[in-house]
Amino acid sequence: MWKIFHKLGSPKWFFGIATRLMPWFLVLGVGLLMVGIVWGLAFAPRDYLQGNSYRIIFIHVPTAFLAQSAYIMMASAGLVTLVWRMKLADVFVRAVAPVGLVLTFLALFTGAVWGKPTWGTWWVWDARLTSMLILLFLYGGVIALDRAISDEKLAARAVAVLLLVGVVNIPIIKYSVDWWNTLHQTATFTLTQRPTMPAEMWVPLLLSVLGLYLLFGWLACLRMQTEILRREHRTRWVKEFVMAGRG
Amino acid sequence: MEFDSFSAFIAMGGHGPYVWACYGVFFVLLSAVMIWSVQSQKAVIEACRRVYETQGAESSGKVSHASATFKRVNVSND
Repeated sequence: MWKIFHKLGSPKWFFGIATRLMPWFLVLGVGLLMVGIVWGLAFAPRDYLQGNSYRIIFIHVPTAFLAQSAYIMMASAGLVTLVWRMKLADVFVRAVAPVGLVLTFLALFTGAVWGKPTWGTWWVWDARLTSMLILLFLYGGVIALDRAISDEKLAARAVAVLLLVGVVNIPIIKYSVDWWNTLHQTATFTLTQRPTMPAEMWVPLLLSVLGLYLLFGWLACLRMQTEILRREHRTRWVKEFVMAGRG
Repeated sequence: MEFDSFSAFIAMGGHGPYVWACYGVFFVLLSAVMIWSVQSQKAVIEACRRVYETQGAESSGKVSHASATFKRVNVSND
């Protein structure tokens, strides 16, 4: 157990694993996302109430889903940083934070554009939308705090604390549609019940969620590799890797 | 196919601008993040290589060294 744990903490070991996984993540991710989106845009039936504007769901749900998952992953990595001082955990947080920011922005943007024809307004200050906006600010805060502290270890710990405090926002986003009266519709997917939409709608949605997850995996691996190279450039293995690729 | 014609597909029953704006922004931002990430990795590898090559040149004696202990720091201008 400790051996695996130790290995997982080794940047060199991770670098090799990531190189092997990344082509799969990229090909499967782009493939699933494309199938899900084309199916959703052109072949899924139109919604009897919302018409064709509901087709935004095939990117809105994946981005919103992943924005929150990425935050939970980052907060878990933050906990690992605080408790075990594992290098890779902090590398993950740094690599993924900008991706999370973009995903949260996309979820808010697609939600606003979807809201206009459906609710008649771009924005309302209701629980779901506001808590999602707070998530955007949390991502921004994490990036800003990380950049503001020049000492790498200190920055990692400060960011980890901010991440853990911000976790309180995640259940608020999740349950906001059940706890408060909101314009936002309730969750499409739950673990306990079958989706209320027909299969021709939720299967492409599920595919695009999976596709974006895999693409996120690819981005995380790539960006973590970059961060590892930057941090470990004095080590022998990085030197060998860089000079071997000179070709 | 849910639509009768290509123009009906583009129009999305009047919701075309909303749907296509979302998908447009989604693809632009997602590809921007992907391209940016690939390029920053290339930039880091290139920067490392330059550092190693200068170090290699210094240690093999191609760069003349003064015997003074004040080591000059090479700052790249680009």
